[in-house]
Amino acid sequence: MARGERLLAGGLSFDVRAGEALTITGPNGAGKSTFLRMLAGLLPVARGRITLEGAEADTPVAAQAHYLGHLNALKPALSVRENLAFWADTLGQGGAALSPAAALAAFGLAHVLDVPGGYLSTGQKRRVALARLLVAQRPLWLLDEPSAGLDAGAQAQLSAVMGRHLAAGGMIVAATHVPLGLDGAVEIHLGGDAA
Amino acid sequence: MSVAGALFMRELRLAHRVGGGASVGIVFFLILVTIVPFAIGPDLNLLARIGPAVLWIAALLATLLGLDRLFQSDMEDGSLDVLRTADLPLEVVVAVKCLAHWTATCLPLALAAPLFGLMLALDGPAMLGMAATLLAGTPALTFLGAIGAALTVSLRRGGLLMAVLILPMTIPVLIFGVSAAQAASGGTVPFYAPFLILLALSLAALALAPFAAAAALRAMSE
Repeated sequence: MARGERLLAGGLSFDVRAGEALTITGPNGAGKSTFLRMLAGLLPVARGRITLEGAEADTPVAAQAHYLGHLNALKPALSVRENLAFWADTLGQGGAALSPAAALAAFGLAHVLDVPGGYLSTGQKRRVALARLLVAQRPLWLLDEPSAGLDAGAQAQLSAVMGRHLAAGGMIVAATHVPLGLDGAVEIHLGGDAA
Repeated sequence: MSVAGALFMRELRLAHRVGGGASVGIVFFLILVTIVPFAIGPDLNLLARIGPAVLWIAALLATLLGLDRLFQSDMEDGSLDVLRTADLPLEVVVAVKCLAHWTATCLPLALAAPLFGLMLALDGPAMLGMAATLLAGTPALTFLGAIGAALTVSLRRGGLLMAVLILPMTIPVLIFGVSAAQAASGGTVPFYAPFLILLALSLAALALAPFAAAAALRAMSE
């Protein structure tokens, strides 16, 4: 795993099975986000490969994954409903996905459906970004500090949503500094400068 | 709705809501065209002769004006990262965004150009020729501009640099656009020769620019 000319970590080998979660921890700058961006196909893999079992060989992992980065991918000029409907159209692949209203309700935000994205608070924007995970069904969730900016209630809602995703046979790879309330999650610790 | 269709409609909606979309481009175009007679003076023959060139330069600037934000806003709010996980190659994303930008800004411009030609004392055939050449040539400007927009996507004030990068590449479009527009109102050059080359330039830009712009976007996000 490399960023620019700098090799960040090598010799990582792991697998995530259906219904399993993997959390990535480590100090700031250890490469957690880089790791997730690599899995999402946004950065080239320095050496090695990432494969998805059960898919056709040339299917990129990214096409089966939701990527939730630090940024919320929310257009301030469009209403929350328009934002979510757009992601449902672009990321959806059929299957039982929730409507924008139902996805927002899972994060307790049903009342902002027709509010422009720019009017929301930081935590509300994050919750709308999380609702994106529900409007299109994809088996692998790549979450970069998903709970950033969330209050205690929303963190509990996030844990519940992630629990349901795992129970339905989904997979989660999450970079985090705080416990996400995932039972039985495997942890990978990326070393800092000392490693 | 198909993925590309959804992206196209979202781009049009955003163009309409943010900054008034087409209207600002047309007003900018109108102002440029209005300034010229003030600068040159009320010599109708001279205005009619340089009219097509003035309209083309105004259209070129109005097209490039809004292009620097083509990918930047999606880069800044993370939409571009998520779009790259959609079931749509980045090249197609670029092409769809360009087509939407063209529909929102260049199409109204080409349709309004004959009207503005009145102020430059263009005659009937010349006005029609103007609209036709702008319709045929502005796709080339949009797609070439997309390369510049992709290269400057991570720069805060990339607009000027983008214009510096792209304007030299638009010279062929300008040459054949203006000569076709002038040929429409008489002259020694036949209309179709430069017009067909203009169409060819637009098709070539449409075919090649998405690959260049997508490669630039990939490189910029690393």
